[in-house]
Amino acid sequence: MRQGSKSILLLAIVPIISWLSACAPQSPKPPATEQKELRLLYWQAPTILNPHLSNGYKDFEAARITLEPLASFDKNGEMVLFLAAEKPTLENGGLAADATSVTWKLKQGVKWSDGKPFTAADVVFTYEFVTNKDVAANSVGVYENIAKVEAVDDYTVKITFKEPNPAWFLPFTGAEGMILPRHQFEQYQGAKAREAPGNLIPVGTGPYRVVEFKPGDTAVYERNPEFREVANLGFDRLLLKGGGDSTSAARSVLQTGEADYAFNLQIEPQVLQQMQTGGKGKIITSFGPLVERIDINHSDPNHTTPEGERSNVKFPHPFLTDKKVRQALNFAIDRQTIVSQLYGDTGKPTANFLVAPAAYNSPNTSYEFNPQKAAALLDEAGWKDTNNNGIRDKNGVEMKLVFQTSVNPVRQKTQQIIKQSLKTVGIEVELKTIDASIFFSSDPANPDTIARFSADLELYTTGNNSPEPGDYMKTYTCQEIAQKSNNWSGQNFARYCNPTYDALWQKSQTELDPKKREQLFIQMNDMLVKDVEVIPLVNRADAIALNSSIIGLDLTPWDRNTWNIKDWQRQN
Amino acid sequence: MNRYLIKRLLISIPTLIAISAVIFTVLALAPGDPLGEFATNPSLTAEVRENIRKSLGLDLPIYIRYFKWVGAFLQGDMGYSFNSRSPVSELIIQRLPATLFVVGSAYIVGVLVAFPLGIVSAIKRYSIIDQITTTLGLIWFSLPTFFTGLLVILLFSVQLKWLPSMYDSTLEVRDWASFGAMVKQCILPVGVLGLYQAARLMRFIRASVLEQLNQEYVRTAYAKGLSGMRVIFRHVLRNALIPVVTLVALDVPGVFTGALVTEQVFRVPGIGALLIDSIYRSDTPVVMGITFIYAILIVLFNLVADILYSLLDPRVEY
Repeated sequence: MRQGSKSILLLAIVPIISWLSACAPQSPKPPATEQKELRLLYWQAPTILNPHLSNGYKDFEAARITLEPLASFDKNGEMVLFLAAEKPTLENGGLAADATSVTWKLKQGVKWSDGKPFTAADVVFTYEFVTNKDVAANSVGVYENIAKVEAVDDYTVKITFKEPNPAWFLPFTGAEGMILPRHQFEQYQGAKAREAPGNLIPVGTGPYRVVEFKPGDTAVYERNPEFREVANLGFDRLLLKGGGDSTSAARSVLQTGEADYAFNLQIEPQVLQQMQTGGKGKIITSFGPLVERIDINHSDPNHTTPEGERSNVKFPHPFLTDKKVRQALNFAIDRQTIVSQLYGDTGKPTANFLVAPAAYNSPNTSYEFNPQKAAALLDEAGWKDTNNNGIRDKNGVEMKLVFQTSVNPVRQKTQQIIKQSLKTVGIEVELKTIDASIFFSSDPANPDTIARFSADLELYTTGNNSPEPGDYMKTYTCQEIAQKSNNWSGQNFARYCNPTYDALWQKSQTELDPKKREQLFIQMNDMLVKDVEVIPLVNRADAIALNSSIIGLDLTPWDRNTWNIKDWQRQN
Repeated sequence: MNRYLIKRLLISIPTLIAISAVIFTVLALAPGDPLGEFATNPSLTAEVRENIRKSLGLDLPIYIRYFKWVGAFLQGDMGYSFNSRSPVSELIIQRLPATLFVVGSAYIVGVLVAFPLGIVSAIKRYSIIDQITTTLGLIWFSLPTFFTGLLVILLFSVQLKWLPSMYDSTLEVRDWASFGAMVKQCILPVGVLGLYQAARLMRFIRASVLEQLNQEYVRTAYAKGLSGMRVIFRHVLRNALIPVVTLVALDVPGVFTGALVTEQVFRVPGIGALLIDSIYRSDTPVVMGITFIYAILIVLFNLVADILYSLLDPRVEY
């Protein structure tokens, strides 16, 4: 008996010890009275609250609750002030006439959540932190053309640019411009930046302050007692929970009501519709700059150079360089069906490459689904089915395309629809799907990345992430072409090169008159669209699920959804 | 015995070196990079990308990265996460309580359910109880936990609204109300995992007991006139449970590293969920840290199991 009971005892002890040890660490916390709590659910969980060191937008959402930029932009692209006291203009002398410098006046009496005053020194420090090469910040792109940032006095910051900068309003604004507290990060400049405790619990000027953060799991926020409008805040406590998947996140808001807000839902419209009948919440869509598009390879993916490079610009594509063929592709694609079947309320068909802000959305373009026209254009271009195999050919070349994209149910269905349509006009399409972590990887050694583009067509989404589309339009200039020589780090995946386009872009970088710039960008968009250098398909909305009782959200594509969380309230 | 122990410990060193080298190489060669989400972001220039890769140490050749990792690991430093830029060890420690609590409780539940059921169904072989338990056991064992997890969420959270589908790690037990909330949020994950473990263990215990029942010593015991209970508890179980001890010992590492998919389904912020998230985000240092700790625990508990075996069974000698 003794030995038998020993073995049973042993069996019991191991799990019990571990169970007890789990219960042990419990820190005291204020008692939970009837607190007004907002529960945010992020299926992609935030892992760091310093946006400048983040690897994804989820972190910006969580950081934006507590950190603020000088100013941001609403959905119409109009400036909204946060830490700045007034908008710099030519009239008030904030903006230099030649746009080589801008002077921001800061709000006075603003305090960080630990009670320290917010001054111009914090702005200057943020600039130094972000541009320090050893910090390796992701947001440095916006700050690259700055010569110096100086504190004129405690509440005035002067930014001097290296050359006249029509996009003077980008530094320190929007999600990429969140100001860091100098007193918290000063000790952690350079390579030590990753050790800064402020990366996990930043001190901020925003409406709520972080009290607890477990990367990838939860963040707890409380009212920031120093916030300017602390009396008007709608909640005492925010509980941000991370993890899981998109569908179950939507379910938690719409059906079980366990969460009040879930972001970035990527769910098929039919499923969302069905969940909304749960009655707990609703879906809110916000149309921004994101365009699901097909990039057309202007170089030949089937020609391999002696160095082993495919899609080299020196070897143009055998038939996609023919404008008539590209136009035929455009006519053969049924955008309306794709949107109504796969996107529902979360997408709009579009012909434009640049769709936001609204003023930049070109009125001069249109799309049409017309297979007859497509067939006629192909006939005209000399592509006919001479050997009766159902596929058009010319000079012995069969019209076969390889069409690639990332693994994603909506994209695979889009591929199918397009494949069917192209088949009816006599083009054979081979579909290729690549795991998203490979397709979107910047690993130069992998041939299946979006940048290597070893296919004829590829489908993905992007857009300008600020109301200033200069960076985005730059992705079709010659110097941006992704090639072996630049380790495929360029953003011009289509390998499109047109000196006229480049000249327009150059002009847009020095044109200071906003109206004229608008026209320049529209002209560039029209060039790409009318010559079918790219096939924009769907303007995609950002979809969130929200409890029916929450009011006050004002989504903007130019900042994270939590940008105006001070106005969020629960209506009873 | 001591010589045996020393020999086994020495063998485990090259084993662990080999394991670490294999995991590291596989992770380094695997496609994907931590900047994936910014791939099509036009404001991230090529230089910025290169600079970030460099700051994460991804510009060095694989073997140098490996030796750096080994050197740091020997000093107890598992490196920094690519995503949260905080030390891997801190992340793991943060996740350990939830995993130990949920997976540990599930294991206890599993053991408590499996032992009586397994023994009873072996003794009453082919009875109704046996039929029911083995059938249910087979079903529960065959269904993956991510599937049963979703099923119970749809049933108990979405339809009946009895239990929460989400695990709240900020909840602290202070009074009866919060204790009730804690129990409620544990029922689904612990139930799903516990019953899966129970099904597995039960089948094993049943087979192990059955094997003993036909042995001659059992017949002798009965012939001596001992009561059924005494035969079972004094003679049969003592022998039948020896292999079960080994099985349970080998399951202990699993309690520390968590339940991969189930944690994800119920949003339990445990080590399993951390591992999955890190794999998705190509957060190599975290993946490396967790998998290697798992490897160490497995090697260690293999040894523990063998030693237990020799303690429990005098016939086994080393």
